[in-house]
Amino acid sequence: MEVLLGITGKDFVLTASDATVARGIVVQKRGEDKSRALNKHNLMLFTGEAGDTTQFAEYIQCNTQLYRMRNGMDLSTKAVASYVRKELATSLRSRNPYTVNLLIGGVDPKTGTPSLYWLDYLSSSVKLNYAAHGYASYFCMSTMDRYWKEGLSLDEAVNLLKKCLEELKVRFIGNLPKFVVKVTDVNGIREIEI
Amino acid sequence: METTATLRFLDAPASIAAFKHAASEDDIEATASACVDMAPREFAHPTFDIPAINNPVEFLKHQTSVDAKNRIKIQHGTTTLAFKFNHGVIVAVDSRATGGSYIASQTVKKVIEINPYLLGTMAGGAADCSYWERELGRRCRIYELNNKERISVAAASKLLANMVYAYKGMGLSMGTMVTGWDKTGPQLYYVDSDGQRLKADLFSVGSGSTYAYGVLDAGYKPDLTPAEAIDLARRSIFYATYRDAYSGGFVSIYHVKEDGWEFISRTDVNDLYYQYAAEPKPSLAA
Repeated sequence: MEVLLGITGKDFVLTASDATVARGIVVQKRGEDKSRALNKHNLMLFTGEAGDTTQFAEYIQCNTQLYRMRNGMDLSTKAVASYVRKELATSLRSRNPYTVNLLIGGVDPKTGTPSLYWLDYLSSSVKLNYAAHGYASYFCMSTMDRYWKEGLSLDEAVNLLKKCLEELKVRFIGNLPKFVVKVTDVNGIREIEI
Repeated sequence: METTATLRFLDAPASIAAFKHAASEDDIEATASACVDMAPREFAHPTFDIPAINNPVEFLKHQTSVDAKNRIKIQHGTTTLAFKFNHGVIVAVDSRATGGSYIASQTVKKVIEINPYLLGTMAGGAADCSYWERELGRRCRIYELNNKERISVAAASKLLANMVYAYKGMGLSMGTMVTGWDKTGPQLYYVDSDGQRLKADLFSVGSGSTYAYGVLDAGYKPDLTPAEAIDLARRSIFYATYRDAYSGGFVSIYHVKEDGWEFISRTDVNDLYYQYAAEPKPSLAA
């Protein structure tokens, strides 16, 4: 029932993750942030097996930050995605693979060029203009196919995201009352209310 | 003098494999320094042995799988709850232990007193909970000795989550709430054997948790008085024991305050039944 959405715009990436943590039939928490800032301009959103998700995300977060300490510069979005894909591919053939699905969004800190990567636990990695994980993809991909265009402003992207979340409210049986929405641009990562 | 036999037929982690007893007076110093070197390593990694075979998960299948002939029946049913409010944290639990349909005990202590400032609750495997929360208590004490200050609840719960995550998929079963009062005030975390760790104001764990939530969510607000909060917690556990066959016995309640936890009460649910039955139901008028 978990949902991740990502939309690239002119010079930013807009992401949304549902804030619900459920186990079996019980909602355990509303208001969980299913994302980690890897560095100033890169954000990773995650869903999947309980425990694996935060352990994997914080492992990646620690290593991207270690990279900065050692080399004095941050990994680009593409580099982070490649690194994460390699980690997932290695994990997949281990005794206890990480069962996590990810979106990695970020911008080039100089040019502001956005990029968004869709990764799953089988270590597929695809660069996309807009992406969704979970049941959301059945409802929202067509909406984004219809409305997304090159060079969206933040307002336009937020409106597209609202269309997606509205569709989930109307047609999806799952009850997802709250989403954590974040914008990643040259100024860094910030949470917004929509 | 001979080196001590360890009887460790299982593959010991590297950290303990290096441990040997001193053969003579001269070696005692060397052993002592080895212990000092090992302290941080022992602190950082779980030191619980796992079977030295190709697939440790399969090791106990003949005793743990549902259709095993001599199956080990693990205590499962439980109702536990904890919530934060303006005067600290209230923790309430039942006391029934079941193995399948058999009530093994009505007097289990499901609140684990980790230290005077930390409480843990027990749901799932009783042995897993008491073992790992005792280990957590040891590590919290080591932290305290190393850092000359008490561990935060966030850090303590993360120690527990990381310990059990290392054994993910190997059959651990625990759903626990770690709570206490640290520099940042009252704290409440949920940690389970999946490695899941959550922070929130209110949790209920166990087979009776849905029933407890039904009463708790309806009556919860942050500005309850301590007496109201204790009553709400007791009623929530009571109604869970009323509906859930795997919960029962006594309701134990603890209150976590700034100067540590305080044991509040332990009440037979049978007495509560007659007490609540004699009371009028509250008004539903808006």
